[in-house]
Amino acid sequence: MIRWLARRLVLSLITLWLLATIVFVIANVLPNDVGRTIAGPFAPQETVDAINERLGTNDPLPEQYLRAMRNLVTFDFGNSFQNRQPVLPAIVGAVGRSGLLAAYALLLTIPIAILAGLFAGRRRDRSADRAIVLAGVTLSSIPEFVIGTFLVVVVGVQLRLLPVIARPPENANIITFLSFLAMPALAMAIVYFGYIARMTRAGTIEVLESDYIRTATMKGLTTSQTMRRHVLRNALVPTVAVIGVQIGYLFGGIIGVEKIFNYNGMGQLMLMAAQRKDIPMLTAGVIVIGIVYMLATLTADLIIAWMNPRARLESGR
Amino acid sequence: MSALPNVEIEPTPPVPSKAAALKVEDLHLAYVVRGIPRPVLRGVSFEVKPGESYGLVGESGCGKSTTAYAAVRYLPRNARITKGRILVAGDDIVKKSGDELRTFRTRHASMVYQDPGSALNPSTKVGPQVVEAFTILGQDQKRARDSALAALQRVQIADPERVMGRYPHQLSGGMQQRVVIAMALASDPQLLVLDEPTTGLDATVEASVLDLVRALIAETSSAVLLIAHNLGVIRTMCDRVGVMYAGKIVEEGPAAQVFERPQHPYTVGLLRALPRHGVTKSERPLATIPGTLPQIGTPLPTCVFVDRCPLATDLCRDVDPPIVDVGNGQWTRCHHWDRIGEIKEPAPGLGQAAIEQGDMALQLDNVSKTFRSGGHDVPALVGVDLQLFDGETLGLVGESGSGKSTLAKTILGIEGPDVGSHITLEDHELGSLAAKRPSGDKRQIQMVFQNPDSALNRGKSVRSILGRSVSKLTGLSGKAVDDRVDKLADSLRLTQRHLDLKPRQLSGGLKQRVAIARAFAGDPRIVVADEPTSALDVSVQAAILNVLSELQAESRTSYLLISHDLGVVRYLADRIAVMYLGRVQEVGDSETIFRGPNHPYTEALLSAVPNIDGEVRTRIRLDGEVPSPANPPSGCVFHTRCPRVIKGLCEVTEPPLAEVEPGHLMKCHIPLEELRRLQAQRKELVVEEQSVGPVEEV
Amino acid sequence: MDATATVGPVTPVGPTLRSERAQARRETLALLFRKPGFLIGVVILAMWAVFAVLGESIAPYDPFNDFARRHVPPGPEHLFGTDRLGRDVLSRVIVGARDVLLVAPLAAILGVVAGSLLGLIMGYYRGFIDDAISRVVEAFLSLPVILVALLTLVVLGSSTLVVVLVVGILFTPIVARTVRSAVLSERQLDYVTAAKLRGESGLYIITREIFPNVLGPIVVELTVRFGYAIFTIATLSFLGVGIQPPSPDWGLTVSDEYTNMISGKWWPTLFPALAIASCVVAVNLIADALQSLTGE
Repeated sequence: MIRWLARRLVLSLITLWLLATIVFVIANVLPNDVGRTIAGPFAPQETVDAINERLGTNDPLPEQYLRAMRNLVTFDFGNSFQNRQPVLPAIVGAVGRSGLLAAYALLLTIPIAILAGLFAGRRRDRSADRAIVLAGVTLSSIPEFVIGTFLVVVVGVQLRLLPVIARPPENANIITFLSFLAMPALAMAIVYFGYIARMTRAGTIEVLESDYIRTATMKGLTTSQTMRRHVLRNALVPTVAVIGVQIGYLFGGIIGVEKIFNYNGMGQLMLMAAQRKDIPMLTAGVIVIGIVYMLATLTADLIIAWMNPRARLESGR
Repeated sequence: MSALPNVEIEPTPPVPSKAAALKVEDLHLAYVVRGIPRPVLRGVSFEVKPGESYGLVGESGCGKSTTAYAAVRYLPRNARITKGRILVAGDDIVKKSGDELRTFRTRHASMVYQDPGSALNPSTKVGPQVVEAFTILGQDQKRARDSALAALQRVQIADPERVMGRYPHQLSGGMQQRVVIAMALASDPQLLVLDEPTTGLDATVEASVLDLVRALIAETSSAVLLIAHNLGVIRTMCDRVGVMYAGKIVEEGPAAQVFERPQHPYTVGLLRALPRHGVTKSERPLATIPGTLPQIGTPLPTCVFVDRCPLATDLCRDVDPPIVDVGNGQWTRCHHWDRIGEIKEPAPGLGQAAIEQGDMALQLDNVSKTFRSGGHDVPALVGVDLQLFDGETLGLVGESGSGKSTLAKTILGIEGPDVGSHITLEDHELGSLAAKRPSGDKRQIQMVFQNPDSALNRGKSVRSILGRSVSKLTGLSGKAVDDRVDKLADSLRLTQRHLDLKPRQLSGGLKQRVAIARAFAGDPRIVVADEPTSALDVSVQAAILNVLSELQAESRTSYLLISHDLGVVRYLADRIAVMYLGRVQEVGDSETIFRGPNHPYTEALLSAVPNIDGEVRTRIRLDGEVPSPANPPSGCVFHTRCPRVIKGLCEVTEPPLAEVEPGHLMKCHIPLEELRRLQAQRKELVVEEQSVGPVEEV
Repeated sequence: MDATATVGPVTPVGPTLRSERAQARRETLALLFRKPGFLIGVVILAMWAVFAVLGESIAPYDPFNDFARRHVPPGPEHLFGTDRLGRDVLSRVIVGARDVLLVAPLAAILGVVAGSLLGLIMGYYRGFIDDAISRVVEAFLSLPVILVALLTLVVLGSSTLVVVLVVGILFTPIVARTVRSAVLSERQLDYVTAAKLRGESGLYIITREIFPNVLGPIVVELTVRFGYAIFTIATLSFLGVGIQPPSPDWGLTVSDEYTNMISGKWWPTLFPALAIASCVVAVNLIADALQSLTGE
């Protein structure tokens, strides 16, 4: 087990290094005049040159690359073009707030999605199953911000059930706080319901067709006993895998949602950075979210290894 | 050939009439596919009394598995029982559902399945799964655990505590099946169904599992329904047998009787298609049944066998054949059973003439192959010396871990052997990997694979598959290629129409013919056939064996035949090599090997094969499991399981592969004469016991 | 004593292989059209395709220059109402189909072609090439698509070409992984070994033996990527870095108008949003139908 974990970590580090290199290529290799970007289209050339000199954008690429890698290891993501302040603290705070929203969304969707998936898998090809699959396919196709729009119009404006702008007042109690974040969380939850439910369904169907379920049924177990003792553990493996992956993609979808609901998280931060062409902020954001994704998939793999003894034992030998 | 002990068929003693534990009455069952019901069982009726074991035998699509699952009411959702009853202990289970059905499954019926590994939950330890079989009967945890331990001991698992703490994938196949059997017997069911319980297990493991089942059956009074396609297994395990064809039982009777004196044309054909009684290719071809097995759900005329029957008349098409009692508890479903004797055996002389030894086609010197897996070295082949001559078939026999597949791959160049290995083809040494060999060499050595579905590219037509092989291997082009393809098709009895089809439109036997034609595209000198008929039905297997034999006679190709089926090997092979843990243990010509004296491993292997000819033999029980190739025992690798082991010698020194008789090599410390004496002793014991009473294990 | 096994009850065969392929295609289409999801998807997509092509000629008003009263609610004159500048929303939605349905397929095709090539090479050759490229693929997969697109579009400037390239390149690793997986299962079949045994080159085996058999999953992947492309490009436009004004692109329109939802002017936001949703759902329904077909 330890050996497997060590191997995974090493691979993750390599991936992280490659990821950082890709980001470096985008930010520094592609044709782009940083000085001009900061100073604006009307500044005189000397200003632009001075800025470029200061930022070292004219240095040979290998030197820039080494510098970037060194900075990465020391967690120095540089200073924002905007306010000359270190980028990292702002990002960490924003990730935290977005993380809260994401966690809220996942808490809403995971239990319902798993139950729906198990239910659909058991009643394969009957009307309940077809309905769930259709709902899953449809809902996961719609971009989060579009769902957000529908929610705002229907729930927020016409029905006036929940607040539309996701900025809870200071010192709000838990209930109020949650109600302010409810709609953006719901927007994401609805979209991810589709993926998770379908994965669980697929896993359930595969398990139900397997021979050891036949053994359990032939022993005389009731359906609920079978589900609990034999199906659940094995069927959830693909679900855990997909949740791990979704956590990464969550941070893409969350940008749209944060814009619609005006939530002060990572999405807003990145959007503002994009508008102001604040490249260090953006690159740092990409790398941090990349790390979050890798941690999520690593955790998912760990959980799967725990659930699936074969993988655990065979690689531990 | 060898004179068989004359097995007298005794009349079955009258059985005190007991209520049948399982009674199937006129069962009609169909599968609904895309809205259309396709009939699978067309009126199956039979009975199994308590304590009796009944075997259902037949080829693919005959419905035997469906019947087995119907008997325990475990059918897929699209199965419809359209008519008939299934009575277990007098209770019609067709009508049951919900709780009643569950009680039935818990207490009255149990099943043992084909693939034990997948029958156990991979993410739970073995212990809880066995305990569950007892808690479901109402026992509390503690008592259930004791019962579980006892049950595991009963199936001859030596260390039940340790096994309970393991996961299923950590156990060997034989061990897994014992666990499944233990769970099945937990409820002491009235009906025990076994569906191909030993298919996929090695011969020696299969033998010990079958012994176990037989012993357990003798103890309980369960009625046993055994499904198998291996007629030898049925013969040795069952009191009565029912032969199924296209969803109907066409003949039924005491096992020994049916197999010695079949009374239905299909049974006759089936039994004649098997290589039995030591027949070899040089005597005569195997009998085949013309036509193909009907697919599930095709509408059939009154006698389901009429399209393929040599005795068929118009009567058979118009009138349903009656059930005819032919005496001694045997009946058959045929109009013309009295003319059974008219069905001719295949004429001898069309078979292959005896081969005088030709030139050396392939020589293997000190061939070794070590795999590196997870930091360990796994020696799959160790110091193999073999020769293959022109025009002969060398049969390669062995169980899992013997290295026979690795040897084939090394010869073909799919894997490269270790340094120091030499493979010589004709006059020059072969390059280690196929990619680097000259095209001439590639042409000379070709392969026939086990699974025809995997071996043919499903997206291409037969003509395109053969055409490409011809042009690539021979360098011909244009019309010459077409001509050669036609010629190949001809010699494999493939029609022009077949050439236009894609593999999925062909039956298994036809696909295998295409695969063989492809191997012969470049007129090879050596063809490696890896289990060429294992995936095929018996009647189809016979046709393929005949074709292989014919091709060899025509072109003097050498075959390296790998098979676990000793009957097939005996039929086709001129010489046989027996392998164990990557080392050759014995080599000799076919007759010598089957006559003896043999290496102790070969002896055990030969005694393990369930024999359809009713030869009553004592089983040599091999203890323990085949050791892992990664950790071979010291000295003679077989010493850990050898019943004739000499302490102090065998575990210390590995014996050389020595020529103990002209043409007969063996790797054993025991001198040939001593082996001859010991093995003759065992055979006398057999004859003695036969005239006295039931068989005892040695 | 007949060693011939005749074919027996096997499907009757047409005279040539070509007519058989045509028949197989017809049967596949027939099966597809029986699925309700497929039908709905095709109808919706076809409708938008028609709108994309005909655009201005069927729009009731000029989407760019015809200014009426602002924020008129949906009514008989303006079926979908007017937006904040007084432009007819229906016309903008109709013409907006063009950008999406032009850009998205291009990005999808780019991703699938590049990804398939990569997947074929990785899956067949395995070994070091596979391991090395897999690391890079995994690195790309760890990147948050929208964020990276944001970064790249900021660096290079937002233009349609850049959008297509960025989305296409970001899709490549996903496709590569799917194709690689399909190639791996083909590769272990014996017909590949048989090909090697007769000396076929790697190129031949990949293109003539393996590729035709993985075409099915590739087509499904193309459809799925098409859906995701619409999804992603709409999101990027909504975020302001995708297609630029004054295009009536749907994502962009939502971005312009969503702040007005609170004051009750829901129609300029809702209808483009519905258009996006319907497009992606349609494509995914088609993809789902195709997938169940190759799975059978």
